[in-house]
Amino acid sequence: MGDPAILVTHLTKSFDARPILRRVSFLLAAGQRLTLLGPNGAGKTTLLRILATLAQPTGGRVVVAGCDLSDEANEARWRIGYVGHQTGLYDELTARENLLFFARMFGLRDGARRADALLARVGLRARASDRVAAFSRGQAQRLALARAILHEPTVLLLDEPDTGLDEDALTLLAELLAERAEAGQTTLFTTHQLARGLAQSDRALILVGGRVAYDGPSAALDVAAVRAYYAGKADDADEEYGEEYAAYDDPDDVGGEP
Amino acid sequence: MMLLDAPTSTRRHADDAHTAVIPASDLTRRPGAGARVRATPKGSGRTGGAQRQSGFRLAWGQFWAIVGKDLRTELRTRQVWLSMGVFALLTLLIFSFAFDLRVENTAAVGPGALWVSFIFASMLGLGRNIASEQERGPMDRLLLCPVDRQVIYLAKVIGNVIFIGVVEVVALPVFAALYNLPILVWAILPITLLGTLGVAAVGVIFAALAANTRAREFLLPLLVFPLIVPIVIGAVKATEALVTPIHGDAPWLGLIAAFDIIFLSLSAVLFHFVVEE
Repeated sequence: MGDPAILVTHLTKSFDARPILRRVSFLLAAGQRLTLLGPNGAGKTTLLRILATLAQPTGGRVVVAGCDLSDEANEARWRIGYVGHQTGLYDELTARENLLFFARMFGLRDGARRADALLARVGLRARASDRVAAFSRGQAQRLALARAILHEPTVLLLDEPDTGLDEDALTLLAELLAERAEAGQTTLFTTHQLARGLAQSDRALILVGGRVAYDGPSAALDVAAVRAYYAGKADDADEEYGEEYAAYDDPDDVGGEP
Repeated sequence: MMLLDAPTSTRRHADDAHTAVIPASDLTRRPGAGARVRATPKGSGRTGGAQRQSGFRLAWGQFWAIVGKDLRTELRTRQVWLSMGVFALLTLLIFSFAFDLRVENTAAVGPGALWVSFIFASMLGLGRNIASEQERGPMDRLLLCPVDRQVIYLAKVIGNVIFIGVVEVVALPVFAALYNLPILVWAILPITLLGTLGVAAVGVIFAALAANTRAREFLLPLLVFPLIVPIVIGAVKATEALVTPIHGDAPWLGLIAAFDIIFLSLSAVLFHFVVEE
């Protein structure tokens, strides 16, 4: 098995003293596809934003693509691609201009060639010169995917990437995830489409009430099993969970409220 | 080679065929500390398979990419320029009616009216510019890039100086005509440039701070105005000295420049605390 792409140990996050993530720990090897499942408010988006360096954890340790996010966040950004709930595109720029802008932000030498290739890949070549403001949600989502993989990140984080996508685009997304896995690149995505999420991933992590309720192979789960985890009370989660990750803890970390 | 098996727990599947196994050679421990994980070498000049620039050249490219993007967006929407320009011209016009503009008064009243119009118009532009960055994602799209937050800040400051500068170029001749003051001389350039830079330096950081609040239009001037008082005084006095030179007057331009440096330096350092979650 390859090198670890993501290592999370005893991660906690609180907003106004309200715990969102409670001692979350998991490890993801390079080339794996992990689907992050959980009911609304389980902490999925918060976890993704922390992994994407957009939010600071309250406690715990996060290593992404070999970079400890506590002091190497900027280095990690070279290796992370992220699509959030919002597409993160500039409405007044065209599709091509959006990609060229982000290519410049990543200092890519062959930005124009990459932008054109990706526009063709996501089926937007014909609309390359159209402003994003005129795009449908699905088209904007395709472009957001293209933007996220423009710099060939080793770790791709997708927050409900299937939102607004039609069947063709869903197929494209599945192909993209499979291609990345073959290339040894890691993808972590959230979805509420349980069957699709399980089918397109190697592993599943279920968060309930900010705690890890399940961490294992997707093949061992079906939709009914996932729903059963959702229905379980968060407080029933194993208090000892993640203790085996203590070896990875950062001694400088002061920790946070579990 | 020793292998370190991924941990398992009662809630995990011990027979997970996909569970990661980390070569111990990839884990180096600090003395008595947690494992240090390094998956790929840093500073290799490559991102995945992508060739990239680095260092100052990259920062320079990022700086102009942000400025160019803001200008291109504004040229297409003209939202900021239009609202700022109309506001500045209306303010000058209203003041010209409101004040007694006899010859002996214009030199005393005019510079103040000019800078009030510039600064109020600037608030409109600053608020709009930063707020537009927060649409479709709270500045995430910039923060996800491997860009120094100081580069983002400086690009936003320069972008706003250009926005405000264009409005000033339009408003100055109108001001000169309305108030009948000989203001269109080269010496006005450093005054407006340094004054605008100071307003933008303070305005950008507070616009970013206020952008996440509901009352951002109200908050921005409330936060900015008290801080830019030295710049406003310096700019008004320096403009006044252009019209009626006073022998031995204070070096107002130097005062504005000093405040610009202080505000730019402090804000550049503090900007990442404001924009990062």
